[in-house]
Amino acid sequence: MATDVNRRVLPGFSLSLGYTLLYMSLLVAIPLAAGFLKASHLSLPEFWAAVASERALAAYLLTVGASLASAVINVVVGVLVAWVLVRYAFPLKGLLDSLVDLPFALPTAVAGLVYSDLFVARGWYGRFLVPLGIQGAYSRLGIVLVLVFIGFPFVVRTLQPVLEGLDKDVEEAAACLGANRLQTALRVIFPSILPAVVTGFALAFARSLGEYGSVVFVSGNMPFRTEIAPVLIVARLEEFAYTEATAIAVVLLMISFVTLFAINLLERWSKRHHG
Amino acid sequence: MIDRPAVIAAALLATALVAAPLRAATLELLNASYDPTRELWRDINAAFIPRYEKQSGTALSIKQSHGGSGTQARAVIDGLEADVVTLALWPDTDAIRKAGQIAAGWEKRLPNDSLPYTSTIVFVVRKGNPKGIKDWPDIVKPGLEIVTPNPKTSGNGKLSFLAAWGSVTQRGGSEADALEFVKKLYEHVPVLDLGARGSTTTFVQKKIGDVHLAWENEAHLEVQEAGGEVEIVNPPISFLAEPPVTWVDANVKRKGTEAAAKAYLEFLYTDEGQEIIARNFYRPINAAVRQKHAADFPDLRLFPVTAIAKSWDDAYDKFFGDGKLFDSFYKPKP
Repeated sequence: MATDVNRRVLPGFSLSLGYTLLYMSLLVAIPLAAGFLKASHLSLPEFWAAVASERALAAYLLTVGASLASAVINVVVGVLVAWVLVRYAFPLKGLLDSLVDLPFALPTAVAGLVYSDLFVARGWYGRFLVPLGIQGAYSRLGIVLVLVFIGFPFVVRTLQPVLEGLDKDVEEAAACLGANRLQTALRVIFPSILPAVVTGFALAFARSLGEYGSVVFVSGNMPFRTEIAPVLIVARLEEFAYTEATAIAVVLLMISFVTLFAINLLERWSKRHHG
Repeated sequence: MIDRPAVIAAALLATALVAAPLRAATLELLNASYDPTRELWRDINAAFIPRYEKQSGTALSIKQSHGGSGTQARAVIDGLEADVVTLALWPDTDAIRKAGQIAAGWEKRLPNDSLPYTSTIVFVVRKGNPKGIKDWPDIVKPGLEIVTPNPKTSGNGKLSFLAAWGSVTQRGGSEADALEFVKKLYEHVPVLDLGARGSTTTFVQKKIGDVHLAWENEAHLEVQEAGGEVEIVNPPISFLAEPPVTWVDANVKRKGTEAAAKAYLEFLYTDEGQEIIARNFYRPINAAVRQKHAADFPDLRLFPVTAIAKSWDDAYDKFFGDGKLFDSFYKPKP
């Protein structure tokens, strides 16, 4: 028995790992591989023609740009909301806290419909904003707004446990050692929540990249202006051009994968330096 | 102590014995149709089921599946076990034929080239027609906004485009004139919804646009729903939409539902079927029924797809193919 070097403290490693691998393959790896396989029916010039038209490039750029913008906004607002929810006690706090999760549960198409309804010229917000020249529906701004809604809980929910775990003693110690409030915030609190902020940003960003349901309702789908890449996929499917549609999907997949990978590296870096 | 597994097993067996003969006697049909036909098929099914059950002595239930016409065609190709397909556009039905699930020459299996009803594209405008819209050239006047779905993703969108194109070429205009007209038309479209119902919402709920290019039957529902806020204007000329119906050979053979599927579609051609069709604002092919509902179906000059292209396939390629005519309207913003 003493020679059994592979023996681990927790039992059931091989069984649970087996299940993990099986699930990951059946639910993630095999469907993705099928996508790549389908796209590989195209020759290289055909693939390039399908994915690199000016219109498709404009769509990728819009998707990535709007996702980035919304993730940045979410980080700022999310940190504030998480801070308020963790640090202060006030009436109806529980209600506010559960409202944060609403975007998780709401069908995103509903969000898109409601936002476009609010921001059109006769909507509740639109009647004040449109005269000022702010078009919150059927515009790029509309896409960013709805993506902020979709990605919002990711930042808040990632930050909350970290903020809760933050020791107040450390802040008090900083104050005793003569740090002013700004210094405490920037040099004590901020570094310890940075990894969580990066994770929240990454999750919100990744979620936005893949969002379809809400965006089609609020964007207006005008080519070169507010058309997102998934709409191009739908258009190709309507022509029964499955392979070309899959080719665009593969490109989106690559974009997501590369950005997620980059953000993962960033997360590790920030954990090592600040965590 | 009662042996619990045995009790459960006995209960299951009993259920199976009771349910089995019931299930065998109930025939089930699945009708894959496009979006705005919900009301039509609800009425048709309610009329057909008792009639069929009386004639054949077999219990029948009909399930409906609705969605974008092209999406439905893809679902059937990918394995949705629809017994009959009642889609908006010929190419969608023919795509299932191309996939080998419907026999060649399917158009000839039912009367009138498998077209029990037709429809068209009409204008829906705001109450009192404040912009004085009567004909196609009126809708591209400066400042007007047009609501119609994206031709690339919607049957309604494609038909609107073809109607606009033909309104020029069928009245003596050249193809260059038509190109100029449709190009101008889409400059007046502020939102390209992906489907017919999306456009209806944009026009009625969000109150965007001065004119909505809609299916004739959708237009009637829209007027009812909007409670007098909008009204229909019939352009003097428009497109003849021909939504074909047929059964899916591969599925009815496997499920043994061929006779029922055929009877179901043939029912559409009976006087009763035609009457239901007319009441749901689809143009019946039976002249007498059409006459009876003449008020709902004014005589418009309707042209078929062959008036503006060699065939449906040709029209699709020429107008809506990737990078073809419609795509050329949209240029990158500097």
